[in-house]
Amino acid sequence: MIAFIKKEVQHILRDYRTMIILFGMPLIQVLIFGFAITNEIKNANLVVIDHAKDYQSVRLIQKMTSSGYFKLSGYASTVDESEQLFKSGKAKQILVIENDFAEGLRQNSARIQIISDATDPNVAEQLKNYTIGIISSFTAEQRDLPSPALKVNVSSQMYFNPELKGVFLFVPGTMAVILMLVSAMMTSISIAREKETGTMEVLLVSPLKPWQIIVGKVTPYVVLSFINALTILALGFWVFGLPIQGSFILLLAEILLYIIMSLSLGIFISTISSTQQIAMMLSMFALMLPTILLSGFVFPIENMPSFLQGLSCIMPSRWFIIIVRDIMLRGNGLTHIWMETMILCLMILFFLGLSIKNFKVRLQ
Amino acid sequence: MIKISNVSKTYPGGVRALNNISLQIEDAELYGCIGPDGAGKSTLFRMIVSLLIPDAGTIEVNGLDIVSNYKQIRSKVGYMPGRFSLYPDLSVKENINFFASIFNTTFEKNYHIIKDIYDQLSPFSDRPAGKLSGGMKQKLALCCALIHNPEVLILDEPTTGVDAVSRIEFWQILAGLKASGMTIVVSTPYMDEATLCDRVSLIQGGEILTSGTPVQITEAFPAALFSVRTRHSMYSLVEVLRQMPEISSAFLFGQAIHVVSKDMTLTSEMLQAMLNQSQYEEIGVSKITPTIEDCFMYLTDQTNISHG
Amino acid sequence: MDREKVIEVKNLVKKFGSFTANDNLTFDVYKGEIFGFLGANGAGKTTAMKILCGLSKPSSGDIRIVGYDVYHETERIKNSIGYMSQKFSLYDDLTVWENFRFFGGIYGLSRKEIESQTQLLLNRLGIWSYKDRIISSIPLGWKQKLAFSVAIMHRPAIVFLDEPTGGVDPVTRRQFWDLIYQAASEGYTVFVTTHYMDEAEYCDRVSIMVDGRIRALDTPENLKSTFDCQDMQDVFIKLAREAKYQ
Repeated sequence: MIAFIKKEVQHILRDYRTMIILFGMPLIQVLIFGFAITNEIKNANLVVIDHAKDYQSVRLIQKMTSSGYFKLSGYASTVDESEQLFKSGKAKQILVIENDFAEGLRQNSARIQIISDATDPNVAEQLKNYTIGIISSFTAEQRDLPSPALKVNVSSQMYFNPELKGVFLFVPGTMAVILMLVSAMMTSISIAREKETGTMEVLLVSPLKPWQIIVGKVTPYVVLSFINALTILALGFWVFGLPIQGSFILLLAEILLYIIMSLSLGIFISTISSTQQIAMMLSMFALMLPTILLSGFVFPIENMPSFLQGLSCIMPSRWFIIIVRDIMLRGNGLTHIWMETMILCLMILFFLGLSIKNFKVRLQ
Repeated sequence: MIKISNVSKTYPGGVRALNNISLQIEDAELYGCIGPDGAGKSTLFRMIVSLLIPDAGTIEVNGLDIVSNYKQIRSKVGYMPGRFSLYPDLSVKENINFFASIFNTTFEKNYHIIKDIYDQLSPFSDRPAGKLSGGMKQKLALCCALIHNPEVLILDEPTTGVDAVSRIEFWQILAGLKASGMTIVVSTPYMDEATLCDRVSLIQGGEILTSGTPVQITEAFPAALFSVRTRHSMYSLVEVLRQMPEISSAFLFGQAIHVVSKDMTLTSEMLQAMLNQSQYEEIGVSKITPTIEDCFMYLTDQTNISHG
Repeated sequence: MDREKVIEVKNLVKKFGSFTANDNLTFDVYKGEIFGFLGANGAGKTTAMKILCGLSKPSSGDIRIVGYDVYHETERIKNSIGYMSQKFSLYDDLTVWENFRFFGGIYGLSRKEIESQTQLLLNRLGIWSYKDRIISSIPLGWKQKLAFSVAIMHRPAIVFLDEPTGGVDPVTRRQFWDLIYQAASEGYTVFVTTHYMDEAEYCDRVSIMVDGRIRALDTPENLKSTFDCQDMQDVFIKLAREAKYQ
C-alpha cells in the first residue's frame, strides 16, 4: 500500500504540467477574483440629500466617504433630481438622510433612504450592502450615547462582516471549487487512466483488495488538496486580510472532511466511466458547474427559484461554504455547524457505499 | 493444470467471442493459442485469470474454479495483458518494484526468477518504461508478471509488434521458464511461433480449428502441398495456378508459392508438367511438409466453406 | 537508371538532443516500386517515415518526395501521399461510405469523384454491399483492406503503409498483398514496413535499418546471396544481431 502511494506520487510529480496547473490555479484564481471584486466597488459616485444637516448626519457622510467605497460627488436637495443624477452618471447611489437624524438616532427612529442606479443590479446590490454595513458600524460606534441598543435595520449577515468585503465571501467559494476540482476530477481521471492503459487489468489480478487500490490512489490527492486549501487560506489572510475568527483546527478538520467527500465523489465517477475523457466530462459538468453555480458562491441561494434551492441542498459545496463562513467570519464552533457537518458525513458514506458497490473485481 | 470445458462468451453488443471451447493445458507445459486479432484469444485469457466470467462452461486453474475461487487464483497467476500494461512515466526499476510490492514481495527476494531477463534490461533501469523499444517493453512487462513467482503464466500476444530478433529472444526466455516447471500459456498471431510451443490450438472466429503438438497438426494436413518457385513474376504465376482445376488454393509464401492440391494424388512431376505447358519455364516444383501457417490457412478455408 | 524517382533521400540526419535517430540515410525509391522498409524496434524506422510523410523536419539532409522539398513543401507532400497504419486507419463509429466521403473530402475530391472512386474500390474488394455498415462491425482483415483503399482513394503518387498486416489472419494477409501488387501494377509506389519476414520477400527492394543507419538495401534475391542466407528472416536476424551485440 505504501508502495502504491509512492507510485501515485511519482505519477503526479512527473507530470509537471498538471502539477503547475494544480498548484498555480488556486493562487491565480484567488488573486484574480479577489482583486477584481475589491477594485470593482471602489470610489463609486455618491450623491447625498441631507435633510437633517445635523452633526450626526455629517459624521455619517464622512464615514461613508472615508470608507473608500464611495466618493462624494455632490449634494442634491430633492429626490426628484435622482433620475437626472443617475443618467448623467454623477451618482451611482443616492443617500437620503431624513429630518432630525441625530434625534432619531437617540430614539431609534432615524430614517435613511438608499436610492440605487440599478442598471447593473449586482453593483447596485453590493453598494447598497456596503452602505448598510457602514451605517451599522456607524451606529455601533455610538455607544457613548445614553440610549440603550441602537438599532438600524441591519441584516444578521452584515453584522458579522460589517463592511461585507467581497473577498471574504469569495475565499470559501474558491476553496470549495478548487478542492472539488483537484480531489474529484484528478482522482477520477487517474483511476480511469489505469483502466484505459490496461494497467487496471494487472492490478485486478493482483491480490490487492479493491479498497487498497482506492486508498492508494486517493491518498496523494488528499495531501495535494490539503496543501491547496492551506495556500488559499494563507492568501486570504496575508493578501486580503481575511481573519479566521473561529478555531483553526476545526476549520482544517472540516476542510479535510470536504476533501474526503470530494474524493469519494471522484471515486464514484471513476467507477462509472471507462475512459479519461468520460471521467473528465462527468466531473466538469456534473461537479464543477453545479459547484460554481448552485452552491451560493456566485448566485445567492435565497434568490434562486425554489426548485434550484432544493437542488442546491444536494451540493456538498453549499454546506461547506456555510461551514467555512461560520468558522472564519463568525467564529462559531461545532455546536453551530454540526448539522452541516453531519450532512457532509452522510454524503461521504453514500458515495463511498455506492462506489464499493460499483467497483468491479472483474472486467465488463 | 488448466482445464477449460465448453466455454462460451458473448459480449453485450452481441459479438460472439468464444463458442464452446474446450482444452486442457498440463503442468509445466508451454501452450500456444495461435490466431489472428479478434479470434477470441484475449477473451479466453481474461477468463483464465478470472477477469471475465464465461456465459457457459467452466474453467479451473490448478484445481481452482475461476468464478468461486478467484482470489486464490489471482495470487498464483502471472498475467501480461495484450495492451502495453506498464506505467510509462515510471522507470524500469520502479515498475518492477511496484508490481513486486502489490504482490507482497520484493525485487530482491525474487530476483533469481527474473535475473536472466532483467540483466538485459539493467542498462536502462532508470529509463521511463514509455521510452523503451518494443522488445524491451515486453521484457519488462514479463519481469513484472513474473516477480511474484507465479505457478501459471498467461501471456497475451507478448510478441505482437516486436521485431524478429527480439521475438526470438523472448521465446528463448519462455523456454527457460518452462524448464523451471512453470505452466505457460501464450497467444500469438505469428504462425511461425507455433513450433516453439509444446502444444498449440489454432483459433479463429471464437472456435478452435484444431489442437495438438505442432507435428501432429502438420502431419494431419489432408492434401498434398507443393512449393513452386520461379524467377519470373510470382504474382502472375499465382493467378495461373489458381485457374488450374487440380489446385484447391495457391498463395504467396515468402519467396515461393505454396500450392495445395485438391487430392493426394497430385505429384510434383505432374504439377511441373502442367506448368511447363502454360509456358512457364525455369520453374522449381517440390513437394513439401506443411507449416502451421499452411494448416491454419487450409483449416480456415474449410470453415469458410462449411459456414457457407 | 532512368526510372522516375518518387522519393529521393540524400544524407538524411535526424537528431533528438544527443541521440541520433537517423544517421546519414541515402536512398531512392522508384515509381511503381514496392519498397520494404525493415528494421528492429527502435532502429529509427518510424522517425524516418515521419520525415518522409512531411510530419517532422529532418536535422539535415536533402529530401524530396515526388519532387517536393520536405522543409518547405510539406503541404504539397501531404496531398500527394496516402498513409495507412495498423494503429489508425478508419473511424470506427462511421460507416464505410462515411469514411470514404470524409477522407475524400479531406483531400479535396469532388463529390462525384468520391462516389466514383468509392464504387470502384469497393467493387474491386467485392464488398459494395458493405457500403452502409459501421466500421466497428467489420472484421479486422477487411478493415485493413478498406483502409488501404481509402489511402489510395485520392490517387497519391506514394502510399505509406506502416505495419498494415499486424494481427491479420494469414489468408487475409495475402489478400492484402494482392491489393498491394495490384496498386503497384497501376503505378502507385508502395512504401511498407512489416514484422512478417515472409512479406519482405514480396517487396521489389528491401532496406534494413540497424541502429539508425541503412545497413543493407537491395532486392530480396541479392540480399540473400550477399549475406549467404536461406531467406529474408535469416538476413534480417543476421544484420539486427550484429548490431545488438557488437
